[in-house]
Amino acid sequence: MSDAYLDLAGLTLAYGDTIAVHDLDLAIDQGELIALLGPSGCGKTTTMRAIAGLLRPKAGRISLDGRDITRVAANKREVGLVFQSYALFPHLNVFENVAFGLKLKGLPAREVEERVGAGLRSVGLTEFAARRPAELSGGQQQRVALARSMVMEPKVLLLDEPLSNLDARLRLEMRAELQRVQKASGVTMIFVTHDQAEALALADRIVVMLNGGVEQIGSPEEIYDHPASAFVADFVGFENVFALNDGKLDTPGGAMALAEPPAGVAGLAWRPGSVALGQGPHRGTVRGTSFAGSTREYLLDTPLGVIKAEADAGLPVHALGEEIAFDLPVARAAHLARFG
Amino acid sequence: MTSRWFPPVVLFLVLAFLIGPFLIIIAASLSAGETLAFPPRGLSLRWVFKVFTVESFQASFAVSMFLAIGGTLVALVLGVPASYALSRYKLPFSEGVRLVVSSPIVVPGIIVGLALLRYLVIPFQIGILPALFFAHTALILPYAVRVVSASLNNLRSDIEEAAVLLGSSPTGAFFRVVMPNIRGGILAAFILGFVTSFNQVPVSLFLSGPGVRTLPIDMLAYMEITYDPSVAALASLLAFMSIGIVFLAERFLGLSRYV
Repeated sequence: MSDAYLDLAGLTLAYGDTIAVHDLDLAIDQGELIALLGPSGCGKTTTMRAIAGLLRPKAGRISLDGRDITRVAANKREVGLVFQSYALFPHLNVFENVAFGLKLKGLPAREVEERVGAGLRSVGLTEFAARRPAELSGGQQQRVALARSMVMEPKVLLLDEPLSNLDARLRLEMRAELQRVQKASGVTMIFVTHDQAEALALADRIVVMLNGGVEQIGSPEEIYDHPASAFVADFVGFENVFALNDGKLDTPGGAMALAEPPAGVAGLAWRPGSVALGQGPHRGTVRGTSFAGSTREYLLDTPLGVIKAEADAGLPVHALGEEIAFDLPVARAAHLARFG
Repeated sequence: MTSRWFPPVVLFLVLAFLIGPFLIIIAASLSAGETLAFPPRGLSLRWVFKVFTVESFQASFAVSMFLAIGGTLVALVLGVPASYALSRYKLPFSEGVRLVVSSPIVVPGIIVGLALLRYLVIPFQIGILPALFFAHTALILPYAVRVVSASLNNLRSDIEEAAVLLGSSPTGAFFRVVMPNIRGGILAAFILGFVTSFNQVPVSLFLSGPGVRTLPIDMLAYMEITYDPSVAALASLLAFMSIGIVFLAERFLGLSRYV
């Protein structure tokens, strides 16, 4: 057993005969804030349900805090889960919802009251204690769900798409709230999301998943600047991604030799901002342009295929149909260890 | 144009045929005369009081109450878990189960009654009361399953998982967070089942026997011998009881939401 706080080893998960996650290894330290990031169907939610004990693994082991919990029932795992739909109990008011687990533990009424009070205070819902879930806004319901899990003092708190049901303003607020609660309590937190911006902003470490496996694990900076594969690069906003074979860039217009090809690299990727406009060996025709505040984005038809570039909004505008020179500087490209 | 007066006339006729007999029965039961007649001869409550003194009515009323309450309770004990399984799990035969469960409403009661008599009661020598009880439970079951299913479908299933993750056992989760949220549906199913059983005639007709009759069957038998207005009085009382129950259910539970 590894010495990680939460350790998934060789985990294979399936719904019936459909394998959702294959041979997954993941080690998480105590107090980390982890994002499971990936498109729908990548196995991130399935992995989360397995950690919670709602899905029994087909193979592999899960250990938490030095104990093998693979066969431990969900209600004995000390793992909390905030559902995407919040899953509040409609027949109970806010206080009773938060008190639900504490009462089941058989705690004395006074302690239940104190801990529920503290839980509601920490999410700013003290004056809503007597309301029913149906009388709360989405954001408030989520806070109740968060408090309901947090008062149990779980070893791991799981959150399923915690921000996806909120509007943009609430999302920022809730993001800060989650970070604050996590830092204040030191709870190990794992949240599932398909939104890369959310993962980058919130997590200490990001686990990018694809097709039931881990594609890359790293800090937000690592993921953002050094994607390991074409998929991750594309997912975090590298719009121009090419395979590299025998020192040649594999483009829709054919192989393109590079002057100084980097060694041991399967592909190169450029963000729109890394494409040098106005000079360079290549030429492209402006097919589309859009204003994005501080920058202006260009879509170029080129012999290398469609290139997405970006220029400072203060610079002169290139008109549609105009031909401009550009370069893909190797020094500014992300090196992809894997392609495909 | 015919279309202007046609709808209101049709509406009037429909209402007249629906409510008319009921009004006639009420009027007949208030008669002071010796035989069932409309218009009533004079006004009195003597037949209403007479109802409570007829011994066979007391016995059959007890049988009907027993069947309505007991049958409904058993139907719920069977129907609530069945509805739960149908709504929460993808079962291989769930459509078949749903069909079998609702067949007693679809098949005419007279056929159900005859079939039960011919293939259950006679070959297996089952007693009259157990046979009636079995038949009524089977007749109520479809209502129980449909009404409880409706309220289960309105309930998210992830609240059970939430309860489990907060330390509850799966069984505990059912009783702690599912049952309280479908209480209204269960009560509605109980009332619907009760009324259905109490007013049941065709099936009970085949299964009633010497000494054991449901109230409606007993009323038929009584009328064949004694043609006095007490049957009308009893019918009026029963109608008011049914209306009262349904009215209260609608008022406090919103019965129409479930049916």
